[in-house]
Amino acid sequence: MPIADWRGLLRAGDWLALLLATLLTAALFPLVWLGGTAEKAVVRANGEIVAEVRLTETRSIAVDGPLGTTRIEVVPGRARVAADPSPRQYCVRQGWLTQANSIAICAPNRVSLALVGRNRAYDSLNY
Amino acid sequence: MTRSTTEITLTPDADDHRIARYSAVAIALSVAEAAIPLPLPGVKPGLGNIVTLVVLMRYGWRDAAWVSLLRVFAASLLLGSFLAPGFFLSLCGALASLGALGLAARLPRRWFGPVTMSLVASFAHIGGQLLLARLWLVPHDGVFLLAPVFALAALVFGLANGLAAARWLADDAADRSTPESGQPAP
Repeated sequence: MPIADWRGLLRAGDWLALLLATLLTAALFPLVWLGGTAEKAVVRANGEIVAEVRLTETRSIAVDGPLGTTRIEVVPGRARVAADPSPRQYCVRQGWLTQANSIAICAPNRVSLALVGRNRAYDSLNY
Repeated sequence: MTRSTTEITLTPDADDHRIARYSAVAIALSVAEAAIPLPLPGVKPGLGNIVTLVVLMRYGWRDAAWVSLLRVFAASLLLGSFLAPGFFLSLCGALASLGALGLAARLPRRWFGPVTMSLVASFAHIGGQLLLARLWLVPHDGVFLLAPVFALAALVFGLANGLAAARWLADDAADRSTPESGQPAP
């Protein structure tokens, strides 16, 4: 059956309904899935917040801990621990954090970098 | 066997026969559809709803409700999912669809055809199912993360089912005007 015949099965209001349904579906994707986008990076040293940076800025933050200086990099949309004196480098090897509620913890140097969005997934994290 | 002391005789009238015939078609489609492998649980074409739409357009909401609910119960009995979570999701979806169709059926027929009814029903269906899933099966807002996927399925299958129902109605209308051609109407 040619496409033109299928089009004949749709009435004027059907096109309207189809348009509304498509818009609703398209709107649901960002509405539901972008609720988890990170809005700012929170840097803690020894459990105290030392910096809060919106993820629209580009900044480099140096944080001092018991082992030395941890360097944190924030660029629009993501953040990472660029350098850290901890022996196993776990937080550095985590690379860029992009999702809300993700966290890189440099436990030996007592520094953490967390991304927060509109909703918080956890009340608190202990380590 | 002891004879029953009360004799109950049910005489099916033309309405009952008609509803039973359409329900049988809908049940057959539902059972056939269960054989199609699908990637995500809960996402399926809902082919039985084509029959519901045809009945709605031809005979009105009351008959459509009968066919839809009979299909939900009979198909679940045949597939062994009666009273399982999937059955309640189906039932809740069907009830939500029927509720929405009750309102949509008041729209002027001149402008709004089976495709509108189908889209309204499919979106109401996922709405009802998500609500039940949130309240009962997965009491966490995480289920709403699936909403866009279900909405996309509702859009695609709602359109496809609506077109199928429109085609069915159009073919029957064509058959009636030229009785010699094509297959007899079901």
